Amino acid sequence: MEITPSLLALQLVTGIALGAIYALLAVGLSLIFGMLTVVNFAHGAFFMVGAFVGLYFLGLTGNFWFSLVLTPLVVGAIGLVTERFLVRPLYGRGIDYPLLLTFGLSWVLIEAMRLAFGVEGLPSSTPPELRGAVDLGIGYFPKYRLFLIFATAVVVIALWLFLEKTRYGLIVRAGSRDGDICRVLGIDIARVWLVVFGIGCAIAGLSGVLAAPTRAVNPEMGVHVLAESFVVTVVGGMGSLMGAVVAGLLVGIVFAMTSLFAPELAELSIFVLMAVVLLIRPQGLFGKAGLMG
Amino acid sequence: MSAPQATSATPTAYARGLFDMVQRHRVAAVLLFLLVFPLLMPYHALAVNILIFGLFAVGFNLLFGYTGLLSFGHAAFLGVGSYLTGIAMVHFGWHWLLALGLGVVSASLAGVLIGYLAIRTRGIYFSMVTLALAQIVYYAFYKAERWTGGENGLRGIQVPAIEVGPWTLDFLNPVTKYYVIYVFVAAALWFVSRLLASPFGAVIEAVRENEQRAAACGYDVARSKLLVFVISAALCGLAGGLRALHLSVVPIDSLHYLQSGQAVMMCLLGGMGTFFGPFVGAAVFLTLEDVVTTLTRYWMGVVGAVFMFFVLFFPAGIWGTLVQRVQRAVQAR
Repeated sequence: MEITPSLLALQLVTGIALGAIYALLAVGLSLIFGMLTVVNFAHGAFFMVGAFVGLYFLGLTGNFWFSLVLTPLVVGAIGLVTERFLVRPLYGRGIDYPLLLTFGLSWVLIEAMRLAFGVEGLPSSTPPELRGAVDLGIGYFPKYRLFLIFATAVVVIALWLFLEKTRYGLIVRAGSRDGDICRVLGIDIARVWLVVFGIGCAIAGLSGVLAAPTRAVNPEMGVHVLAESFVVTVVGGMGSLMGAVVAGLLVGIVFAMTSLFAPELAELSIFVLMAVVLLIRPQGLFGKAGLMG
Repeated sequence: MSAPQATSATPTAYARGLFDMVQRHRVAAVLLFLLVFPLLMPYHALAVNILIFGLFAVGFNLLFGYTGLLSFGHAAFLGVGSYLTGIAMVHFGWHWLLALGLGVVSASLAGVLIGYLAIRTRGIYFSMVTLALAQIVYYAFYKAERWTGGENGLRGIQVPAIEVGPWTLDFLNPVTKYYVIYVFVAAALWFVSRLLASPFGAVIEAVRENEQRAAACGYDVARSKLLVFVISAALCGLAGGLRALHLSVVPIDSLHYLQSGQAVMMCLLGGMGTFFGPFVGAAVFLTLEDVVTTLTRYWMGVVGAVFMFFVLFFPAGIWGTLVQRVQRAVQAR
């Protein structure tokens, strides 16, 4: 195979589309961590549940857009229940406990989806409106992957506007700085945590629906995704929205480029990237030095 | 030794005396229990599994329970131990004992590499980073199909018989196999007990309790962490090597982070930071898996739910809670 500039450029766009999903996942993880200092080990499982629920709604209504809106609400609701009844009792007990709990939860969620939809997984397809390819000037590119990039941009910008420009976003940011002061000022910080956990899970669910047409949908799909989103979070720096987006795209591009030149090393490459970042900048590209000591 | 006093020879006082004795002679107690353990189990393969995974959890507990570092990458050491033992035997025809040694050494080397990177991070990051670094090992072994068998795992590890001096032991007999593996586990437990009783054991617990204070006392925290990480990796590597001999295959899943999660679960179920806990946890986890699998194939969900229950209500685990109760009863007197 000859490597031409346009092939490289196409592969770059492929990487960005792949990175868009990584970025969304990392944004959800980072949001929850930044606020609650909880690493959600069930994040991959919520992603997987999102893919299944999305396909279920798609089958029910036949409308992709409908399931795109409804699924994050459902997964977000599961997230709310999780925070309220499972994670909340663990606050103040050490940072490892929510992590352990969500790891157990991920097993339960995987099994629940096996019970509901079978162990084989479900076939998924690209919605008819987004099938086919568009000419980008460098060659034809699948329409759906362009849509992935676009959708991610919309979600990230919406989240940024919410955090930076609304009153509630201000409370969230203040809460992540110092929860105790917020409580003194009369803010119900427990409810803010609840909402943030719900939003984080909803974003995981959304990335699941979005990713479903591009990969195999089965109960184990979240398992590897979790490890990959950890890579993104560590590369970007925990708790940084900007870091999550940049690192997500970077990881996607590295993966796509390695699969072009050395396909058998593609999965390895992103983990090696993380190891290199750890050596040079342990706190991640956009992380604050204090966070990781 | 506090034998129950003659004046208060009630059953509870007697039980307490026994408990004290068990706590004091922890290695002897575990070994005595494990010696008769196969007689209590419905079948021996499960007993061998509990022995091996108990050792895996003991190695993990050294890091998680005693040093306070929650690694999610210990499958790497179990897997490297298994694979290198297997590769030395299958591809190079090494003697099993030599191969086992290679497995332990390789796991320790993997521990040096992963540990060096991971201890640069703290708290939650440590868990994420160990998980991700261990996945490198997973993918590397997955892709190196020529040596590892890739997705199908490594096959054909055969130890039909073991020669000890003039005797030949039949390794295919599960009871004999249990006691051969028992010898290695016994040696490892004795080592761990000595390590914990040594000044170094005190240092790692100091690191768990308060890192800054340990550093202020003049201990090299980073070096202690790395050292305990490598020792923990070596113990898990030994468990892995023994597992390869036991199963005669190495499944690729033994490198996956879900396997690391099993060590975490066993350790917490039994009681982290206790000497008996990991074995109790391994026994409960594997028995639960065994029993639930006969009822439903959705055993992961049941085990996950049980684990969540323990995290929420019994974070000290089964053995840890027992120890707490007894201590409270003693203080209340």
